[in-house]
Amino acid sequence: HLAASLPLPSERDHLRPRIDLVVFMIDIKSKYSLKNVETSLAYVDASFFLGKVCFLVTGVGRMNACSIETNAIRKLGEAYCSPVLFCELELEGIRVTTAQRLLRMLRICAGHIPGVSALSFVSLMRKSDDD
Amino acid sequence: EKADPQKTAFLLRKAWTLYSVTPLYGFRRARLRDYARLLGAFIAAEKQKGLAVEVGVELDIKVALSSLAELRGSELDQAALLVQLSSRSRASSRSSEDKPLWSGWFCSVFGDDLSENVPEHFTCLPLFLSHGAESYTSLVGSWFQKTFDCCFRRLAISPLNLSWMVAMWAGCQLDRATSAVELVFSVPRLSQPLDISYAIHPEDAKALWDTVQKTPGEITQEEVDVFMDCLYAHFHRHFKIHLSAAKLVKVSTSVASAHCDGIVKILHSEYLPGVLMLLTELAISQIQ
Repeated sequence: HLAASLPLPSERDHLRPRIDLVVFMIDIKSKYSLKNVETSLAYVDASFFLGKVCFLVTGVGRMNACSIETNAIRKLGEAYCSPVLFCELELEGIRVTTAQRLLRMLRICAGHIPGVSALSFVSLMRKSDDD
Repeated sequence: EKADPQKTAFLLRKAWTLYSVTPLYGFRRARLRDYARLLGAFIAAEKQKGLAVEVGVELDIKVALSSLAELRGSELDQAALLVQLSSRSRASSRSSEDKPLWSGWFCSVFGDDLSENVPEHFTCLPLFLSHGAESYTSLVGSWFQKTFDCCFRRLAISPLNLSWMVAMWAGCQLDRATSAVELVFSVPRLSQPLDISYAIHPEDAKALWDTVQKTPGEITQEEVDVFMDCLYAHFHRHFKIHLSAAKLVKVSTSVASAHCDGIVKILHSEYLPGVLMLLTELAISQIQ
């Protein structure tokens, strides 16, 4: 399901399936997209931040058009204990690889992989902090 | 070190195209006359080969290389190097003056980040600025690349860096700010390209910056973000357009103007070192 911002319209709540993973997309060329994500984050229930949220930064192939400081995005990831992925949608290879990664993450969050849960992502994040 | 305004006056009010240059190998300051002669011969040879730069007119191109000792940040920087091409038409009389054709200069203003890590025999002049026909820039560039084993790359300026520049320059203290602070945005993904120009009275812009900046002489990314957010919010209030979703392509102030394609114009001699220092930093980060 694709949405321009949160909250999702409540009229369709009863039709909506369970949400297993929320991917916030930030376009490095648009400061507005970062602001939009920051505002939308407020509408996400706290339980999602146990591994069911991730940030996807797009447009990194063109750093000359960059409007957002990558430090700011990194801090956002740290603040919300969620992984930050970088990709360039204009390159097919990277687009496909990124989609595959997100799909793998989704399967884990939906509980399809025995022995691994969304909480693993959180502990992975913590490990890099200790280093 | 204050640059003599007379000597640097020719730098002002011209549109300079920016390049980053990797360190020059084997460059010797004492051999400037030799280099000028060799570069002149190279240009003449290229013209013979048919790579004519100007059709029809027979031109003798004279090359002059000189050092600008005043244009540097500290003693650790190399003095700037100026290359000037001028022409004298063979048809005209001996008393006619040389016409300036093209100029380019290499400089480093507080470029210690690069120069401190560089081995012997290398000269660091990471910023190159050119004014004149692109064909001459490419001739001069190829000669320097071949002779000193260096590499020129166009220096692009990201919207992030442009917003840093407009915040810094709008906040500069000027006796009388003559021109508006202008930001030009390009709107993406439209069938017809659309540019939005946002002009602000220079005193209003300075007043805004003064409320944002906490420590005089110091600028942080947070302060630049707050400054830009205020401008975006003001625009949105009036026009319901989110400028933050558009691409900032050009900024203009009374101090200087800069375009994302790497073209700058410096208007105020007092701020020349400050602007060059920022551009040197951008050039170095493109090299590294």
